[in-house]
Amino acid sequence: MDIHDVQGIFTGVLMIVFLGIVWWAYSKKTQKRFNEAANLPFADEANDRQTREKEADK
Amino acid sequence: MSTQSAYNYKVVRQFTIMTVIWGIVGMLVGVIIAAQLVWPSLNFDIPWLTYSRLRPLHTNAVIFAFGGSALFATSYYVVQRTCQTRLFGGGLAAFTFWGWQLIIVLAAITLPLGYTSGKEYAELEWPIDILIAVVWVAYAVVFFGTIVMRKTPHIYVANWFYGAFILTVAVLHIVNSAALPVGMLKSYSAYPGTMDAMVQWWYGHNAVGFFLTAGFLGIMYYFVPKQAGRPVYSYRLSVVHFWALISVYMWAGPHHLQYTALPDWAQSLGMIFSLILLAPSWGGMINGIMTLSGAWHKLRTDPILKFLIVSLSFYGMSTFEGPMMSIKTVNALSHYTDWTIGHVHGGALGWVAMVTIGAVYALLPKLFGRDEMHSVKLIDTHFWIATIGVVLYIASMWIAGVMQGLMWRAVNDDGTLTYSFVESLEEMYPYLTVRLLGGLLFFIGMLLMAYNVWKTIAAGKAVDDTVPASA
Repeated sequence: MDIHDVQGIFTGVLMIVFLGIVWWAYSKKTQKRFNEAANLPFADEANDRQTREKEADK
Repeated sequence: MSTQSAYNYKVVRQFTIMTVIWGIVGMLVGVIIAAQLVWPSLNFDIPWLTYSRLRPLHTNAVIFAFGGSALFATSYYVVQRTCQTRLFGGGLAAFTFWGWQLIIVLAAITLPLGYTSGKEYAELEWPIDILIAVVWVAYAVVFFGTIVMRKTPHIYVANWFYGAFILTVAVLHIVNSAALPVGMLKSYSAYPGTMDAMVQWWYGHNAVGFFLTAGFLGIMYYFVPKQAGRPVYSYRLSVVHFWALISVYMWAGPHHLQYTALPDWAQSLGMIFSLILLAPSWGGMINGIMTLSGAWHKLRTDPILKFLIVSLSFYGMSTFEGPMMSIKTVNALSHYTDWTIGHVHGGALGWVAMVTIGAVYALLPKLFGRDEMHSVKLIDTHFWIATIGVVLYIASMWIAGVMQGLMWRAVNDDGTLTYSFVESLEEMYPYLTVRLLGGLLFFIGMLLMAYNVWKTIAAGKAVDDTVPASA
């Protein structure tokens, strides 16, 4: 086995890893946590409103 | 608990304001050197004002001072907000601000004086390089420290992009800056000949890939959903986008060295990886733009969204153009011409600057207790001036570049060159003038922004939002 075989096998392994990532990302079990994560930019908006109201009361 | 802790907005405010200031400085230098190309006597025969010294000042100022400050500001804001915890290491965060500003000032002094290591986008001499490495490590500690302290179960995708940007830039900078000092302000690269070129463009291309792309995609993944008022189009796509982009970018550097002393296989490798790169780049663009799906009407009324979405369109254009230019036969025409300059500015002005401008307009009112910027109408004016400026800039450079490429390669029947170099140069005048006009328009837009920022801050006051009490 020379270096070219190793390179070929390595390329194949990386391809499988990539397909694995796609399969994992689109599988059912990530759906819930991805939905939660996707809403993180909005998760603390209610808190901001309270802060602003407190500032306004001062 | 009676007093909740507040987010560290101070360092965000500092970096946000410096983003606008360095943007104006860096783009002004750009306008000056564009004018020098039309009227060469504008250097007044003063060595410090020659094109060769001001050009690296322009690139360093817009990439590292303007773009860098924008990345520090937004990453510090986004990581706190999405981790729902105060920024880790308050003093260390302040150190990154003052350290980064010191580096910028040192660059602004040494580059016009002619001190340079001669590596594009890495011109600064070794003492400044060491300072950059120290500040960057501090940045990593602050950012990843905040991630570790997070109160949320997940790490939002924007932070993945910021994290990849911070880690990779540390590696790129340290490896490429390895040099043997022969004096306080003179050093020689640690790598010989062709290897030095390859290390330089491994650095150079990944500075584009991680500094100017991954970092700004972090901005995109937070500010586009936030401004659109809905989560990103597909979180799953964003995960695949992340892993594909960071794995592929690393290998595209050789396309900067087509038809040079670099081994042919390395040139072809660079070309192939550049072509593959189209897929993750467009995946990200589609993910950003489709976030507006079902809410397109918001584009009509919200100029901040216009900035963000049009920036993604320019991102899509330049990430199509880049792979195309990396194809060897296309590169044979485009390399060393103004087409490259047009390509860079389609990305730099259209994507990087416009997504930054949109994010600053969205961010600034929140930092100063206002609902919105002083004048939303002025944002709209800025948007149109900036867009027309970019289009004039890149269209003129496309024409100029293709014309240069065709004139340089034209040969007579007897094998002699049809045109002398100076004949091609003479043909450039109208296009270089239109480019100057486009750049000037973009610069004027930045002045409008500075005025708007000034009025917003003057009528507001610094407010630090409180960190939500952990559930």
